[in-house]
Amino acid sequence: MIVEITSLIGSITLFVLTIFLGFELITKVPSLLHTPLMSGANAISGISVVGALILSNVAFNSDGNPLSVWLAFIALILAMINVIGGFAVTNRMLNMIAGRRKGGA
Amino acid sequence: MIDAAYIDIGYLFSAALFILGLKKLGHPRTAPKGNQFGMMGMGLAIITTLVKLEVETGIIGWEFIGGGLIIGSLIGYIMAVRVQMTGMPELVALFNGFGGAASALVALSEALERINVGSSDPATGIPSDPLTLWVIWIAIGLSSLVGWMTLSGSILAMYKLKGGVTIFGKWIRTPTWGPTWLNPIKVILLFAVFALIYLSAIEPGNTDYVWAIVGLSSLLGILIVIPIGGADMPVVVSLLNSLSGIAAAFTGFIIGNSVLIIAGSLVGASGLILTFIMCKAMNRTLLDVLFKSFGGSTKETVTRTKMGSDADEVAMMADGAQNIIIVPGYGMAVSQAQHQVKAFADLMAAKFETEVKYAIHPVAGRMPGHMNVLLAEANVPYEQLIEMDEINPEFPDCDMCIIVGANDTVNPAARSDEGPLAGMPIMDCDKARSIVFIKRSLSVGYAGVDNDLFYEDKTMMLFGDGKEMMTQLNAAIKEL
Repeated sequence: MIVEITSLIGSITLFVLTIFLGFELITKVPSLLHTPLMSGANAISGISVVGALILSNVAFNSDGNPLSVWLAFIALILAMINVIGGFAVTNRMLNMIAGRRKGGA
Repeated sequence: MIDAAYIDIGYLFSAALFILGLKKLGHPRTAPKGNQFGMMGMGLAIITTLVKLEVETGIIGWEFIGGGLIIGSLIGYIMAVRVQMTGMPELVALFNGFGGAASALVALSEALERINVGSSDPATGIPSDPLTLWVIWIAIGLSSLVGWMTLSGSILAMYKLKGGVTIFGKWIRTPTWGPTWLNPIKVILLFAVFALIYLSAIEPGNTDYVWAIVGLSSLLGILIVIPIGGADMPVVVSLLNSLSGIAAAFTGFIIGNSVLIIAGSLVGASGLILTFIMCKAMNRTLLDVLFKSFGGSTKETVTRTKMGSDADEVAMMADGAQNIIIVPGYGMAVSQAQHQVKAFADLMAAKFETEVKYAIHPVAGRMPGHMNVLLAEANVPYEQLIEMDEINPEFPDCDMCIIVGANDTVNPAARSDEGPLAGMPIMDCDKARSIVFIKRSLSVGYAGVDNDLFYEDKTMMLFGDGKEMMTQLNAAIKEL
């Protein structure tokens, strides 16, 4: 019980502090970067891929109910689309900005 | 044999990379590096997870897990590489929905698995001590709520950005619909989901509650997005992006994983700040965006008329112009006219040594920065793209202002206190010596407000597709 409370409070602390950090991280962003920033942050929110990986494995190890296994599998695919697609699209947008900067200089 | 708990240190580095990545993404010079940091962080998180699984229990379904990783990567990569620049906003919305869905599916999978195992094994099934039970069940509920809402809302947002959907060969316009009585219903639905989360924790073995949360949350996402249109869409997509982060953070609570909590709440918080920045650019508050329907349904019918000009007339007016400001809008994106616009600027510079600048409204197009990306594609130099606040004082000295497919962002009606556009900052195009509108018709913009600028004496209307009209204009300039 004590262990659970400690780890729960640890998690909540992490959650709250990171939210404060997130608020401070983004201050003034030129509108040029709004979409790439949104898209890059969006790719990072694909971090649930970690959850999908863990659950896929757990579901297999415990030969759990097939529905859970398939849901975890779909989650894995969707999260990877989010991650790879998100970073690739951001990269494309930023390359254009970078290309133009070189062209203009 | 290393203790598996040490492997978690990988998540620490991964989290640090995410923080640095987001920080760097906010500055033009460091943005590409920021994106790379994000990628490295994600790669490290995935590798750490795989190593940890292998050391702890051994990975059983390698084909399955590897297959999922590869299929997802391929689909995502192909979608990202093949998308047209104009389709970028829709794709970001869709990816965002997938991220939310992934978190929600992890939550659902975990809930069903735990219910399946039951109370016989408190570690992997329904926890026996009440604290753990409540924490896990509330986290499952909130992750489902936010995740499914993000999915349904993002998919609707994607179709709204597209403008419609083809069903059986018929084009159906995405509706914008939001009577005021819908607002209390949204609030009631939200509380209904909270009640369901409570009930699901009281009676943890019952899957009905879990499925009901899925259904109501999806409905809520649709109801939140459906009244929103026009210039508010980017704000909503940004808000949904923030929500998908929050969903990931809640998922972190379910499986007790710190990197999910950190990355998720980072995206949630920074996404919210970005949403506020976007709201500020439009002089609207987030509450207005969410609860006051913007345009769409109340379109005014156009009663006034204006004679159209032709390219030759505009070319004659442009002859010898010293300062030209081009104001691009969504119309330029739709017709892919950016190359012709650039060609026009080059022609003018070569022929009359005209100084051409581009005025970028913060919400021009369907995404902030949409115009910047398109013009970058056409190799327009960075220094020529001027943000609104900087360029507005220059309009009185401008010989000709060419508006390519923009409407609401130049509508003087925004200076009055009434109507849906009231208070939105606009480009002071009306102060230019002459104005050229390249537009399909006199129809109203997304906000549904007629534009007085069309009917001014100094305004010339070029009715037609942006690309075609720019091509004609370039030909006419060459003949001068």
